[in-house]
Amino acid sequence: MENLNLGVNMAGLSFKNPIIAASGTFGFGLGYEDYLDLNILGGISVKGLTLEARKGNPPPRIAETPSGILNSVGLENPGIEYFLDRTALPLRQFDTVIIANINGNTSDEYCHMAEKLQDAPIDMVELNLSCPNVKEGGIAFGTDPKTVYSITKAVKRHTSQPLIVKLTPNVTDISQIALAAQQGGADVISLVNTFLGMAIDARTRRPILNNITGGLSGPAIKPLALRMVWQVSQLVEIPIIGMGGIMTGEDVVEFLLAGATAVSVGTANLVSPTAMIDILDGLKNYMTANKITNVNELIGGLITEGGNKL
Amino acid sequence: MSRYNAKIIENYQLAEDFYKMTIDAKKIAQWAYPGQFIHIKIPGDNSLLLRRPISINGIDVKTGQLDIVYQVVGKGTKALSKLKKGIGLDILGPLGKGFHIPEGTKKLYILGGGCGVAPMRFVGQRWRHLDIYSFLGFRSQSTVFQLNDFECFSRKVFLSTDDGTMGYKGSIVSLLNERLSIEKTDLLLACGPIPMIKALQKVVSEHDIPCQISLEERMGCGVGGCVVCSCVIGNRKQWDYKKVCTDGPVFWSQEVILDGES
Repeated sequence: MENLNLGVNMAGLSFKNPIIAASGTFGFGLGYEDYLDLNILGGISVKGLTLEARKGNPPPRIAETPSGILNSVGLENPGIEYFLDRTALPLRQFDTVIIANINGNTSDEYCHMAEKLQDAPIDMVELNLSCPNVKEGGIAFGTDPKTVYSITKAVKRHTSQPLIVKLTPNVTDISQIALAAQQGGADVISLVNTFLGMAIDARTRRPILNNITGGLSGPAIKPLALRMVWQVSQLVEIPIIGMGGIMTGEDVVEFLLAGATAVSVGTANLVSPTAMIDILDGLKNYMTANKITNVNELIGGLITEGGNKL
Repeated sequence: MSRYNAKIIENYQLAEDFYKMTIDAKKIAQWAYPGQFIHIKIPGDNSLLLRRPISINGIDVKTGQLDIVYQVVGKGTKALSKLKKGIGLDILGPLGKGFHIPEGTKKLYILGGGCGVAPMRFVGQRWRHLDIYSFLGFRSQSTVFQLNDFECFSRKVFLSTDDGTMGYKGSIVSLLNERLSIEKTDLLLACGPIPMIKALQKVVSEHDIPCQISLEERMGCGVGGCVVCSCVIGNRKQWDYKKVCTDGPVFWSQEVILDGES
């Protein structure tokens, strides 16, 4: 097991393994040291940042659905200045790729934030064009290929940091959105953010979330996410970070086979703060059992010739 | 705080809808203090993703055993109630900031309503050297639990039921209000449903009694990472969302704003 090569490369950066903590499910990483060594992670995408601090949506913000979770946090965060002053440096001490996830109400806001991050001790910027829980920006931008193209292009002009564009699955054809991001100059795309959904309490006849609707994540969406990653990988050249309900090492393998270069783990972090250790161990066990020494062999390795029969 | 596999020592029905479970959790038992909770993964059904946050009902430091009392309200707690002795539970804990007793406290009132009675037993066990007066509110006689335990560490137990089948008929907060008119306390610690907490806030403010309350909210990770279990803390002019899981669940009564809650 010691001879396994787990490292992957994206946008000129080396990740020690393909496991990244998904934005919004792992805070700013700090505070998790009691549960896991942050140095074992391929990367951490921090809690979604906005130009000004945001209080987020009123509670309840979470509902459990069969094999899934609905959330409507609404981008609660202390603002980008707080991140730069207080969080970025302490996080830098860990040997893992640090990704700043940014969210704007306008194209200018995204650009302004990217500029602020230009000289910050981070490795990548993730443009979140997909938050389903805010009134402005977010998903409204991510559903229109023209807007995705123009914002990506504008942000690229304001930063030399490698850029990830995070896509929403709430579209008719995600491949077109992915292409638009690529044409706009994205270095990497990550997909999928959550699916819009809702939960109702029949007893009280009320929605469970205060926001009425929220974003669905977890194993419930894994088949949808896998399909989208596979579709997008057929069309775009840039690397893909795949996500959607990854709970085990085998789930990681499935996303890599579908064409992802790395994966993000989200909902599993809400189930157990140690989840990414177990997922990484699961990936290693799969590779050992299947005599795969380099994880890159799995990327895009889906076998489709001859149908699904062995 | 850490993640453990804790063996179930016993799990049985205590009253209508209420169950008591004792688990073997030495490390948690060693560190936990009243008002903290454990976060339990429901075994056997992967479709129930989220852990269930349940307050600690009591601890035996010598044996390393920990009690919880939980109300069966949905699929998760129903599944929990079916678990047999010997099964290992995946738990996180002890989590949260619990109750604390300011120096010089001699007289302590504790108040619990329904499920909120559960954490108050741990309060009484840990701080039994204080002069404790317990105020317990239940829906009906059939849902009363652990009354004997409260009688052991309390100078006096006041009990009410909504339907009057046992003790005073009506709200436990009314009983407290009457008592406070006769005799004040150094500190009040409480846990219960939102309408009860709202009534309590009014009463303790009128009598000017320092009061800590334990809150509940739909929770995700339990360790401060996902920011879903928000509560409103501050005053009407300036407030913030705080996390029930790591900033709480216990807060000072006067800083908790429950306007939007029902």
